[in-house]
Amino acid sequence: MASLESYLFISLILFCLGLYAVMTRRNGVAVLMGIELILNAANLNLVAFNRFGGLAEHLPGQVFALFVIVMAASEAAVALAIIINLYKTFATVNVDEAHEMKW
Amino acid sequence: MVTVHTLTLYGLIILFLPLVSFVYQIFFGRVLGPRGAWLSVGALAVTLVLSLTMLVSLFMGHEIAFTPEVLWFTVGDFSLTLGFQFDNISVVMLVVVAIISSLAHLYSIEYMRGDVRYTRYFGYLGLFTFSMNGIVLAHSLIMMYVFWELVGLSSYLLIGHWFEKDSAADAGKKAFLTNRVGDIGMFIGIMLLWTVTGSFTFQGLYELIDVESGNMFAGQMGLLTIAGVLVFLGAIGKSAQFPLHIWLPDAMEGPTPVSALIHAATMVAAGVYLTVRMFPILTPDALLVVGTIGAITAVLGALIAITQNDIKRVLAYSTVSQLGYMIMAVGMGAQQAAFFHLSTHAMFKGLLFLCSGSVIHALHHALVHEGDHSTDHQDMRNMGGLRSKMPITYITMLIGALTISGVPLFSGFLSKDAILAGTLAFAHEHHVWWANLFPIAGFGAAAITAFYMFRLIFMTFHGKPANAKVNAHVHESPAVMTIPLMTLAVLSFALFFTLPGLNPMSAEGWFAHLIHQMENLTGYAALSWEHLEHGFHEAHHLTVQLSFAVAGTGIMLAIVFYLLGWLSPAAWAERLKKAGLYQASFHKFYFDEIYDKVLYQPFLWLTDKIAWLDWDWWDQRFIDSWGRNTVKAGNASGWVDYFWLDQIVIDGIGRIIRWMGAVGRKMQTGRIQNYLMWALAGGLIILVLANSF
Amino acid sequence: MGDITFSVLAVLVIVTAFWVVTSRNLVHAAVALMGTLFGVAGLYVFLYADFMAAVQIIIYVGGITVLIIFGVMLTQRIGDKMLVQTTMPNRAFAAIVVAALFVALASLIFKTPWHRGDLPEMDGTVSIIGNALLTRYLLHFEVAGVLLLLALLGAAYLARRAHG
Repeated sequence: MASLESYLFISLILFCLGLYAVMTRRNGVAVLMGIELILNAANLNLVAFNRFGGLAEHLPGQVFALFVIVMAASEAAVALAIIINLYKTFATVNVDEAHEMKW
Repeated sequence: MVTVHTLTLYGLIILFLPLVSFVYQIFFGRVLGPRGAWLSVGALAVTLVLSLTMLVSLFMGHEIAFTPEVLWFTVGDFSLTLGFQFDNISVVMLVVVAIISSLAHLYSIEYMRGDVRYTRYFGYLGLFTFSMNGIVLAHSLIMMYVFWELVGLSSYLLIGHWFEKDSAADAGKKAFLTNRVGDIGMFIGIMLLWTVTGSFTFQGLYELIDVESGNMFAGQMGLLTIAGVLVFLGAIGKSAQFPLHIWLPDAMEGPTPVSALIHAATMVAAGVYLTVRMFPILTPDALLVVGTIGAITAVLGALIAITQNDIKRVLAYSTVSQLGYMIMAVGMGAQQAAFFHLSTHAMFKGLLFLCSGSVIHALHHALVHEGDHSTDHQDMRNMGGLRSKMPITYITMLIGALTISGVPLFSGFLSKDAILAGTLAFAHEHHVWWANLFPIAGFGAAAITAFYMFRLIFMTFHGKPANAKVNAHVHESPAVMTIPLMTLAVLSFALFFTLPGLNPMSAEGWFAHLIHQMENLTGYAALSWEHLEHGFHEAHHLTVQLSFAVAGTGIMLAIVFYLLGWLSPAAWAERLKKAGLYQASFHKFYFDEIYDKVLYQPFLWLTDKIAWLDWDWWDQRFIDSWGRNTVKAGNASGWVDYFWLDQIVIDGIGRIIRWMGAVGRKMQTGRIQNYLMWALAGGLIILVLANSF
Repeated sequence: MGDITFSVLAVLVIVTAFWVVTSRNLVHAAVALMGTLFGVAGLYVFLYADFMAAVQIIIYVGGITVLIIFGVMLTQRIGDKMLVQTTMPNRAFAAIVVAALFVALASLIFKTPWHRGDLPEMDGTVSIIGNALLTRYLLHFEVAGVLLLLALLGAAYLARRAHG
């Protein structure tokens, strides 16, 4: 039987890889994938905590994860719309080339 | 029926009505212009009526002797009261002041007509009357001192009324400053008395200083003598006694009604009034000082008056001399006589001054009519032959001269006789050789007085006119001026002071009856009074005979010299000049010159040196060096501030911050992933820190 | 049997996740992401979260991954060399930061004394979640619905043609 730590560890690896992707990827879509990884890591944690915390009655962890998935879906939709707009405006999807926001 | 309350109310009205007049004339004088002067006259008439009411109630046998007072302020244990001293003396004095002041107001309406500061003049007259009434009514030394200074102020303002003239402005300053000398002594004396007794009021002092019960000052008679003399110093200044008499003749620069009111009848008599009030607490030693000063002044003033040619200066020195008489009388212990002479003198000297004012006024207008602006209209040598032109002035002035000379039927005879009797009694009681000097001084001064007064009359009204053309334009003054003359002339008759007694040789009457109350004032006075009482009776007939003789001699000499011309004044002057006597008198015994040499010049020299020390050394060298060094220090500090602090330190901080900004802004790449990275790094640091603690 | 399956799923998740992060080809990365999401769904099953596993497959694998592939398609031309994914120049620093974070969090996970209670047996969570969503979490449920609607509108607004 897998322990809580093993779930958390897998989740941590997912989180760190997602973070690395967000920080290093240039393509906006790849960055979005990194974000999905991070969100999955969080969901995995929530569900694991729900399970190992013994919260069987209302399953708050799972419901929480469910809402995160809902949010992730809408986030993906909006993010892709933004990326398409970015592509239209700058003719690139590389986030580092769209650096108007600096000094 | 005069009750205590109405009496207090009368006192308040008498005191403050002239002040109301002052306020009106100074602040609202333009409302009615010159006509407004009648308001002041009316105010004074009211005070006169109220004063006379109080006097009448005295006749009706009401005892007026009480002191209403109110608390002024309290400081710690010390509290000061303001109050009135109602007694026979103050009531009589109030009447005298009211009479002279209201007549002077009336007279001034014509005399000052056309003056540029007409309303202000009446305002000052009101201020003076207020202050003088304050002195008369004051129940304590400290309150009297306040009004004492106020009369000094109003005297200064009125002497300097025509301040465009340097001499008038200087005379005002001289009067004020000379008075200060005496006032400082007076103030020290008041404080000395207060320190020992703790009381300022006259009643309090009378009770606390008593030789028989030996309280308060017992064993400290020397101190009491000094305190008495110090307070008397104030009287020396105000009453123009030797050696502070020098201001009074110069004060004649003021308008003549002012001279009559302030510098003849009332203010200068305030010194005598003070001395009379202080009489019960003056030691025999102090009284001797008082008498000596008075005797010297009486003779000195009379001697100087002989040779003066300015009609007002003759009268001024005559006033000095007469005040000396009064002071001497107090010193002899005859304070009743002194007060009697004060009252009669106020009438006849006021009369004489107003007469001289009438003459001056007439002559001035005649000279101006002739287009002559340079001739001195006060110099008697420019007068003469005015008798027929100004009959009322002539007759009234003659009455005044007869009164002051001590001719029977006139009041001066009685009061002067009383004083001379006092000196004789004093000499009789004190069997020492110098005691005889007092009667000699008294009778001598009386003889000289008769002489110079008739010299004045003859030079002014008799003989040939100095300038016939001018004389032709001289005419009698209008009724506003002659009515005061006639009123005062009538009041100069002895009759008015001796009613119901009609014997011209006896001073018995209402006045003597009233001031007899002064005997109640115990203290040292009680001691000397018993002796004097005896002496009076001894000396009375001798006095009468002697005063006849001296007055007659004086008048005769004047007739011989100036009316008949049997003896030439000029030739006698030449003869006396050889002995230096004429010069000494003419130059007022060189008092001003001596003061100049002994006091003013050394003082100016000292002032000059101190000014040098203060300005050249202290100010220029020391104080200014502060300035110069401050400028130097400021320059150095400014250099350091700008080139070092500002340019290097402050701007350096700016440059450092700019450099840091230039470096730091490179972190703002605009790449969101960099921001995320830095945020993560920061979060990591916090995590590590949170775990390690 | 269960442990082996769990280990396989864990390895699948980690390996495909690495592929997602390191792949130079975006399409490959998207496919690898699909594998990761499948693996996570499997892990949900091990956690007795059957409804969650189903939702994970339907929404993530069936919805979001397809959406991402659409995004790749819309912004890149397949076969273009631009498709080849380059990385940031400062990835070394990023790697250090991430590694440090990994170490810190891992130590946190293994040091923390977790509560260890008896694990309740559960058979089917669908009815529980359904009840909870419509009773206890009704407000959250409605808000999530509004969020989805707004996201739909926003995405449509953003993605529409500028001149449209």
